[in-house]
Amino acid sequence: MWRKLRSLTASQHALMLAYRAEIYLWVIAHMLPFIMMGVWTRAAANPASAGRFAMSPHDYARYFFCVFVIRQFTAVWMIYEFEWHIVEGRLSYLLLRPMNPLWHYVTAHFGEQLARFPFFAVVCVIFFLIYPDARWMPSPSAVILGIVAIYAAFTLRFAMQYCITMLTFWFERASALDQLTFLPYIFLSGLAVPLDDLSPHLAALLRLTPFPYFISFPAEIMMGRLPANDPRILQGFALMTVWFVAFGLLGALLWRRGLRHYAGQGA
Amino acid sequence: MARIIRILTRFWTASLSSEMEYRANFITSTLYALGQLAGTLFTINVLYDKGYQFAGWSLDETYIVVALFTLMDGITTSVLSPNLSRIVQHVQRGTLDFILLKPVDSQFQLSTRNLTPWGFPNIAFATVLLIYAGAHLSHPLPWHAYLMGILPVLFAVAILYALWFAVATTTIWFTKVWNATEVLRSFIEAGKFPASAFPPALSFFLTFILPVAFLTTVPAEIMRGDRGPRSVALEAAIAAVLLIASRLFWKFALRYYTSASS
Repeated sequence: MWRKLRSLTASQHALMLAYRAEIYLWVIAHMLPFIMMGVWTRAAANPASAGRFAMSPHDYARYFFCVFVIRQFTAVWMIYEFEWHIVEGRLSYLLLRPMNPLWHYVTAHFGEQLARFPFFAVVCVIFFLIYPDARWMPSPSAVILGIVAIYAAFTLRFAMQYCITMLTFWFERASALDQLTFLPYIFLSGLAVPLDDLSPHLAALLRLTPFPYFISFPAEIMMGRLPANDPRILQGFALMTVWFVAFGLLGALLWRRGLRHYAGQGA
Repeated sequence: MARIIRILTRFWTASLSSEMEYRANFITSTLYALGQLAGTLFTINVLYDKGYQFAGWSLDETYIVVALFTLMDGITTSVLSPNLSRIVQHVQRGTLDFILLKPVDSQFQLSTRNLTPWGFPNIAFATVLLIYAGAHLSHPLPWHAYLMGILPVLFAVAILYALWFAVATTTIWFTKVWNATEVLRSFIEAGKFPASAFPPALSFFLTFILPVAFLTTVPAEIMRGDRGPRSVALEAAIAAVLLIASRLFWKFALRYYTSASS
């Protein structure tokens, strides 16, 4: 299985390299973290309201830089490819393979992440050249836990989109439905407003939903706001597991039901 | 002129009726527009609740900027995106030939062929918010402020169009970059906030390099009455320069177009 996944990822990576320019553009097509960085660093630097913000200006810069990094590795676009596969009947070919088509989509995402990595690294270097004050040295535990948290976020986001994607079997434009999940993803995950800047009640409520674990949770780990021995880290991972199991079961159920509904060529 | 109107009516009735096949989209795009607006207002309110203000902007005044941004976003969704993201497709498939062969200006055809109703909710919400915010200012906007706003907003739309068209034109050389316009769209998102919300360097970039400030901040300031006719003239000049530049750029790019049949 491992070997199959590795060769699938390698072939997807090669495929993605053919569209390098497009993938590089996706890297800079998510400017929102930098826009929000501008707004929050400026706000926190204002002497009139200093002290009422959760972080210092440089910490806001680091936070939103982490958000940028996280988004690069948690972008999920399975639904668009799947929609196309359903409409054109291409899912039939994937069904012929001796493994669940799910792995095709998973490895396609890994291939794409590999393909965007070089340009992503260049953007990071440019950022720290422009904004040297934001440089910081994360502790080894922050790096390791951060990577684990990023990939946990990717997995959870993938599982969530997988459930919505399966609705494509019944409605052709499930992606329009998926677009609606973008709203909490942008405004309630820590992307537009860091969770610590919300009222504690609202933040606590949001931490029960999956959304803060896509952005805020890994970002706070990477920048060291959540140190390795903080009990909230374990709580966070536990909650992500619960959501992952829920989405996983629902997704598996929808996949089985949907496949019976599928009427593409060869089915 | 009569001919242009006739062509536009044909283009738009045809594309609207084909889009109407996906009526359920109307519900999702309305919800999405409402959610975007609510989220942006929420973000600004969190900042203002902490006692912070974007330099020179009261809370209700920022709503005018948000309303203008929502308006631009609606126009982008309905008119710019469905047309200009398709230039890539035409270049890839060689169907640009058919457009160049028709006895109608190619830029005009490419820019106006499609109209989708999915940006209409944004435009409607923008209008409501504009009127609401205008009435709630400490000095409520008089009716002629809206009249004063019409010209700068039109110039802003022209600037937005010229930027989109120029970015879309680059696909003549780089065939495979159908998402180039997405990059532009993500930069323009900065227009949700007044230019003074950003650190000076970024604010400079958004004013003089990528004229995002002229899309929302400057028209809002003109409506507020802070800027005189000179600013309107400046907007007009920028719009004119960018429109002419995008036109020349298109003509230049066409020289490099190697069609399917040539």
